[in-house]
Amino acid sequence: MKINGEQKEYPAGLSISEMLIREGFVKERVAVELNAEIVAKENYDAAILKDEDVVEVVSFMGGG
Amino acid sequence: MEQDVFKLGGQEFSSRFILGSGKYNVELIQAAVEQAGAQIITLAVRRANSDGAGNILDYIPQGVTLLPNTSGARDATEAVRIARLSRELGCGNFVKVEIMRDSKYLLPDNPETVKATELLTKEGFVVLPYMYPDLNTARDLVNAGAAAVMPLAAPIGSNKGLATREFIQILIDEIELPIIVDAGIGRPSQACEVMEMGAAAVMANTAIATAGDIPQMARAFKKAIEAGREAYLSGLGRVRERGAEASSPLTGFLRD
Repeated sequence: MKINGEQKEYPAGLSISEMLIREGFVKERVAVELNAEIVAKENYDAAILKDEDVVEVVSFMGGG
Repeated sequence: MEQDVFKLGGQEFSSRFILGSGKYNVELIQAAVEQAGAQIITLAVRRANSDGAGNILDYIPQGVTLLPNTSGARDATEAVRIARLSRELGCGNFVKVEIMRDSKYLLPDNPETVKATELLTKEGFVVLPYMYPDLNTARDLVNAGAAAVMPLAAPIGSNKGLATREFIQILIDEIELPIIVDAGIGRPSQACEVMEMGAAAVMANTAIATAGDIPQMARAFKKAIEAGREAYLSGLGRVRERGAEASSPLTGFLRD
């Protein structure tokens, strides 16, 4: 799967919650898009990632 | 004196200084916000870092309203996408729409900005569009449901000051929404001047971020914006086109 533009290899059956932990993201501080659709936080456990998925994980940064 | 309240998106603010958080160390943000007396701070949305670095939200004092921008968007569709993600981050529904096709001068794309404003307003966002100061576009933004209009003073990050002064004045005079002057303001005197002209608020980032002492410059801007606002509210004295007018009595001179 692709996470923030980088190809990643993960075993099948990984949830978004598990992916965030493995990637070192803090769930409370990010928003997640799965194949260009926003995933609500309450669905992070239930959403299972597939090989062809494109995931974006974003957060706030300094900006003007 | 009656309290001067700045109303925006159903909220009330006493500060008219919107502070940017870009280009400086997050550890200075708290001091800058405090010295600026800012109640609104802008942020950007980007791919998250997984390096364990502190999140900017941990450094922003409680009670400050966050104003995420859509920087990086090249058209209305991308701006809507970024705005939705920013709302998903759970810090309210304010958004500064910022759409650029031009990477040299970073000038906003007015027609796409109007489109995004309309779409986002329908989705319940409080939309503050960053725009090139053009009266027709400003009217379109009013019709699209914008909560304020944010004309640029000069190119982003240039610190060049009020290059668009006359056109900002037209917006202030003709548009009912708050006019928040954004981008290019480089020094406190320029922030003061635009407040004297009747702007509702000033947004600054680079002027603070590139100053020698960031919190001190934030405080200088705060004072300048307050001074300009008071001058505007009190009504500036008239300009005499020709000649002079004595301020002291023209009688009782010590002469024969």
